[in-house]
Amino acid sequence: MTLQSISRRTFLVGGGATVVGVMVGGLGISNLALAAQEVASSAEAASNGFSPVAWVSIAADNTTTIYSPGAEMGQGTMTAIPSIFAEDMELDWSMVKVEKSPNDSKLFGNPGFGGGMVTGSSRTVVGYYEVMRLAGLQAKLVLVDVAAQAWGVPAAEIKAENSVLRHAASNRQMTYGEASAQAKAPDELPKVDKGMLKPMSEFKIIGKDITRVDVASKSNGTAQFGLDFRLPGMVWASVLQAPVQGETPESVDDAEAKAVTGVSRVVKLKHGVAVVADSFATARKARDLLKVDWSKTAKARGYDSDAAMKDYVARAEQLDDAGDVWDKHGDAAGAIKGATRTFQASYTTAHVAQCTMEPMNCTARVQGDKVEIWVPSQSASFVIGTAAAVGGFKPENITVHTTLLGGGYGRRVEADFAVEAVLLAKALPGVPVQVIWTREDDFLRSRSRPLTAQHLVAGVDEQGKIVGWRHRLVSEGIYSRVMAKAYEASGNKDAPVMEGADGVYEIPALLIEHCREERGVDVSFWRAVGAGYTKFALETMIDEIAQGLEKDPLQLRLELTGKTPRAQAVLREAAAMAGWDKARPEGRALGLAFSDTWTSFIAMVVEVSIKDGRPLVHQVWAAVDCGHAIAPINIRAQVEGAALFGLSALLSERLDYKAGEAQQRNFDTYPLLRAHQAPQVEVKVLPTDNAPGGMGEVGLPPMAPAVANAVSRLTGKRIRTLPFPKTI
Amino acid sequence: MVNFTLNGKAVSVDAAADKPLLWALREELALTGTKFGCGVAQCGACTVHIDGQPTRSCVLPLAALEGKQVTTIEGLMQTDMGKALESAWVDEQVAQCGYCQSGQLMSAAGLLETAKGPLTREEVLEGMSGNICRCGTYNQIVAAVVGAQKSIAQEGS
Repeated sequence: MTLQSISRRTFLVGGGATVVGVMVGGLGISNLALAAQEVASSAEAASNGFSPVAWVSIAADNTTTIYSPGAEMGQGTMTAIPSIFAEDMELDWSMVKVEKSPNDSKLFGNPGFGGGMVTGSSRTVVGYYEVMRLAGLQAKLVLVDVAAQAWGVPAAEIKAENSVLRHAASNRQMTYGEASAQAKAPDELPKVDKGMLKPMSEFKIIGKDITRVDVASKSNGTAQFGLDFRLPGMVWASVLQAPVQGETPESVDDAEAKAVTGVSRVVKLKHGVAVVADSFATARKARDLLKVDWSKTAKARGYDSDAAMKDYVARAEQLDDAGDVWDKHGDAAGAIKGATRTFQASYTTAHVAQCTMEPMNCTARVQGDKVEIWVPSQSASFVIGTAAAVGGFKPENITVHTTLLGGGYGRRVEADFAVEAVLLAKALPGVPVQVIWTREDDFLRSRSRPLTAQHLVAGVDEQGKIVGWRHRLVSEGIYSRVMAKAYEASGNKDAPVMEGADGVYEIPALLIEHCREERGVDVSFWRAVGAGYTKFALETMIDEIAQGLEKDPLQLRLELTGKTPRAQAVLREAAAMAGWDKARPEGRALGLAFSDTWTSFIAMVVEVSIKDGRPLVHQVWAAVDCGHAIAPINIRAQVEGAALFGLSALLSERLDYKAGEAQQRNFDTYPLLRAHQAPQVEVKVLPTDNAPGGMGEVGLPPMAPAVANAVSRLTGKRIRTLPFPKTI
Repeated sequence: MVNFTLNGKAVSVDAAADKPLLWALREELALTGTKFGCGVAQCGACTVHIDGQPTRSCVLPLAALEGKQVTTIEGLMQTDMGKALESAWVDEQVAQCGYCQSGQLMSAAGLLETAKGPLTREEVLEGMSGNICRCGTYNQIVAAVVGAQKSIAQEGS
């Protein structure tokens, strides 16, 4: 990483799409856009090729504002990323304020997504970690140099701590605020590299239970989500959605809708008909009065999820039907053929919906050839791309403001819900339009987790060692649709669909294949996506093999992870937390599962009984190693939340399609986990000196297999479907 | 025109009689703390108090409100009960995405108002089962409700 001076008061490191910067100086402002304007105008004359980049601004009173790039959806990114920066800048955390950065991917893009403004795949801390640490260190060194010059002492003699610079020998000190007020960019900026970063043992902020910055406003009703955004003169819109993906309105009778007081416009869109009114309640009421004839030509009309499942299972079990190879080593088929014993089973998992509690919404305003968008989105980059594609705006004329997200879980990586706002705003120049989907719209236009059938075959030798493994997964693709070029370039590797199927288990011969289907109904990201079903199949199969070999399931997993001490540590810890070897009360049993996705390791044990034919989870214990644990209190909350998300799914979540139409439309027919169903959850974080892994999804994959394994111990029955059968 | 008391002040709302209170709050009355979640009284995100009773505002027409006392999250936060809950919610770091939490706080206030003694974990979970939290903060909600109840008892003693 090289450094270059770009103006008197700003510095820039990095290259290509990954740019890291730090701004110092006595601007005393807390708004980056203003800062950028001021710096840009002052710098334009002095330098060419200027790019106003800033992660941080320090006011004269020492308060420090850090600009956080990720979309905050409850995972704590607005605390985690700034805290990493603050660690190496040696900031006094109590003086830090956090603001969402602008969605300028050249300045703030996630290196983990090739520089895109995308928050997902548990990749925000992972993607920005090194970048933020180096930027923080560089910012500190810049201020150290300021003090060194001011005092005429060697920089090496100055210690920076808690936003204060000290020179012990002369007993002098100045705050970061004082230093930045007199900062001038030297010709040669301090160089930073990985080797200069402090060791884990010296962390003062990383690993401490700091308070999340977004919690205060979320504890008194003042937090502003996308749905709460207001502009003067704003109108609302509700859209009658095509009942089936791909259909369009052919004829529209809007007489009754237009007669509703407050309705100003009815606009025919490609996939629906929008009613614009002075109130959302009015727009929704009028929308329900529209009479629309829809086309009946869409491919999705032929989609019936029950029928598809039968086809998928048949294909999964057809071992000679070659799929796209996700992972392969050795000769799996040969090893299984030569095995003493084989185990095989098929697994099915239904579509599930994300169900963010804040329904999809987007606000847009068009002025001339520019569009401004306020949206709770995980991917400003996708929103920009969508606005450019459907609205014909130049990317540089599109400004996206990311609001707080009332849940994301992958749904808000998609930008489909921004289309209507952009088109309606274009139809009503100068008028801000807020489009809100009802809960029914959200289900109807669901971008659910793929329906899957999986078939697993394992071969075991005379010594009881797994020698061959085949895992075939049949489903629609996700990357194949949203990132088609990258998908093809990777050799048809659909990462979100297949993640979790591979892992650290040591199996000498293995073949994992994806058999892709295309039936006209789009599927998408969901919390933990693929690992939610691949680990379900894999971890219940491991348990079944252990049972078949009369081995302790913990022991078998320890044998399979001999080369991965981190995996063994979490397995042993979770077992110890739960009292794995201790007898349970009558009618209760423990189940164990392990997961290693997003470079984090987790083992989970659950205690389960059966009540009225349904599994009742009493307690969950989890041990997790995500390397450098940024904020353990938040890691525990994320693991617990993801575990309960997984519990909700295994108990009762399923979205069915008939003739291409989603059958469940609200929480009466698509029940989510409620408070009285919540088990106690105990999570232990085991930090290790490794780069941080993702945390937002890690708690989900082990939940379903752990419960299924416990149910098997209780009843002798293997559960191979998600959700679980209605009665066991 | 419907007249009722909102957070202690008399208000008149000129809107369609069938307009749900939720949308009158969010649009005419500019109080966006009360959230839209499902529109069919299933999720509890829109919970307000009507004459002290936790009620789902998404299905409650304005016409039903004549002369009633309506309290929203904004009003609750002006009370000792609201402040105790807010403080407990922060102490336990309850919120994740936070979207459902206005409704959770309103239901928690209702639960504490009617509690006959110290609430157990099971009683809180049962009492809060009308409010969905997709992020899964139920155990933190229990800790916060129990904590708020204790702090209120201490203040009162």
